[in-house]
Amino acid sequence: MAERPLTGSIRPEVAPDISAYESAGGYEALRKAVKGMSHQDVQKVVTDSNLRGRGGAGFPTGQKWSFVPMDEAAPREKYFIVNADEMEPGTFKDRLLLECNPHQVIEGAILGAYAIGASRAYIFLRWEYRLAEKRLEQAMAEARERNYLGKNILGSGFSLDLRIHTSAGRYICGEETALLSAMEGRRAVPRAKPPFPQVCGLWGRPTIVNNTETVANIPPIIRNGPSWFHGLSHTGDAGTKMYGVSGRVGRPGVWELPMGTTMRELLEEHAGGMRDGYRFRGLIPGGASTDFLVEEHLDVQMDYSSVQKAGSRLGTGMMIILDDKTCPVGMINSIIRFMARESCGWCTPCREGLPWLEKVLRAIETGDGRPGDIELLGEHARLLGPGNTYCALAPGAVEPLQSGIRYFREDFERHIRDKRCPWR
Amino acid sequence: MLTDDERLAIEREVEDCAHKREACVGALRVIQRSRGWVSDDHLRVLADMLDMTPEELDSVATFYPLIFRRPVGRHVILVCDSASCWVMGYEDLLRHLQSRLGVGLGGTTSDGRFTFLPVACLGACDHAPSMMVDDELHMDLTKEKINDILQRYA
Ligand SMILES: Cc1cc2nc3c(=O)[nH]c(=O)nc-3n(C[C@H](O)[C@H](O)[C@H](O)COP(=O)(O)O)c2cc1C
Ligand code: SF4
Ligand code: FES
Repeated sequence: MAERPLTGSIRPEVAPDISAYESAGGYEALRKAVKGMSHQDVQKVVTDSNLRGRGGAGFPTGQKWSFVPMDEAAPREKYFIVNADEMEPGTFKDRLLLECNPHQVIEGAILGAYAIGASRAYIFLRWEYRLAEKRLEQAMAEARERNYLGKNILGSGFSLDLRIHTSAGRYICGEETALLSAMEGRRAVPRAKPPFPQVCGLWGRPTIVNNTETVANIPPIIRNGPSWFHGLSHTGDAGTKMYGVSGRVGRPGVWELPMGTTMRELLEEHAGGMRDGYRFRGLIPGGASTDFLVEEHLDVQMDYSSVQKAGSRLGTGMMIILDDKTCPVGMINSIIRFMARESCGWCTPCREGLPWLEKVLRAIETGDGRPGDIELLGEHARLLGPGNTYCALAPGAVEPLQSGIRYFREDFERHIRDKRCPWR
Repeated sequence: MLTDDERLAIEREVEDCAHKREACVGALRVIQRSRGWVSDDHLRVLADMLDMTPEELDSVATFYPLIFRRPVGRHVILVCDSASCWVMGYEDLLRHLQSRLGVGLGGTTSDGRFTFLPVACLGACDHAPSMMVDDELHMDLTKEKINDILQRYA
């Protein structure tokens, strides 16, 4: 079986503990880094590994870190934040890592903080992840006991204070600048970029926000080096990826597989194919904020560039399957309804536009659609696209809508023509 | 106004914060944990401890769906209405829950047992549909399972 650096040592039936993690090589990377590598050395290994962010946007992690001021004149306070707010519909990969491999997330956070010279790190955790919180707290206590955390870590002179910030709901909190507002005790409204958080983040200090899965990749990269990381992948995008499938399939689940595994392999081998009596119609490849793909795309490799070439985005890498007994208009409506509710309300196109889209979709779904509605939806999806709103929530929200209209146009038309939903 | 335990827990949240307001979500939840919700009076006391005006603190409190500014039932049901759960039969289950509880989303049962709210994807989509009751996650829901679960909460 292929190597699985993120999940290979997970034993789902036993609670994680530090000795088991250590005997699988855990905290070796930390020892290696703080004893023999400079901050820049750690950054360079991560840059060379070509690790890209697993939170949805796929930004190269080393490059992101390189914007943090590191010279003598740099602010003394810097922050490293693990984004564990996972709320993207269809996405359940970070929960597994947090619950079953908390030490690796913690070691990754310490290494990330070391790489940018931060003295404080946070795990921004959604409230609903109760078990994850318990396990993280216990793991942090264990790590403190062994001086992997706290003052003068392993005698290196590097000190780090790691805390959990437990949030209280609302999808927008996961957007990295909204997250910073939330952490400062303000309404979680996104901020304009630039200035970028790497330079001016939490309390105006240089701050890195990385996704949980991104962070969990750091210890094995430091331990085994960039070329090992490249070797894990089927494609040019390095490493493994946490992939998931939900919907009417035989065995929904999440698996760590080589980057570039095809959608077909995920659906047919790992998820056990469609459930008896259901036919495949389409999928959303990376959480609700990505464009639909259909049958003809199943052989596309799930990496950043291949999915983009197919007309969508890798996003979180967690697919939701649309089957033939589920109404595409209803599914898209559920996504738009979610986004309208979760919008922070700061900018007008998103605050006003999404509820309006929801109204039109609901009308179509309940038989009150009118000729021209489809064009209207398409037009407004364009208006909510990139560049017209303050953050990426609205452009993400309309991705499944615009591609849904493209691939399932007949279904939209049938709703309007027959004045009812054919699936109800 | 606050018990010693509450005051201590809030002071612990505020400890070592560069700016006290950083701890406001944690502090609000301390009150919510012991009282079930955050009243205007408690909000004012908290605002004082956090160096915020009550209006500032309220604007944060009301931003979060899981901070309750009104009394809630003894148990809070958070039902996931996001895409995977929707595909896996959310609408049927919602109707079932509504008829069992006798209230719709946002409501509290007349016996004060349950408050019933929607929630964003619970990260349990491989076991959809899902919901939480208080701190507990329930997955692979069916109507029968929901009936069993509801009975467990007095
Ligand atoms: C509305 C919205 C919600 C987001 N939620 C999350 C989230 O819950 N977790 C996450 O890691 N990234 C989330 N992101 C992406 C973050 O803004 C950010 O790109 C990411 O945390 C960076 O980490 P990475 O570079 O390691 O991928 C969200 C983005 C948007 C626009
Ligand atoms: S796009 Fe939506 S979520 Fe983002 S800032 Fe504007 S209103 Fe808020
Ligand atoms: S969509 Fe309901 S748990 Fe993810």
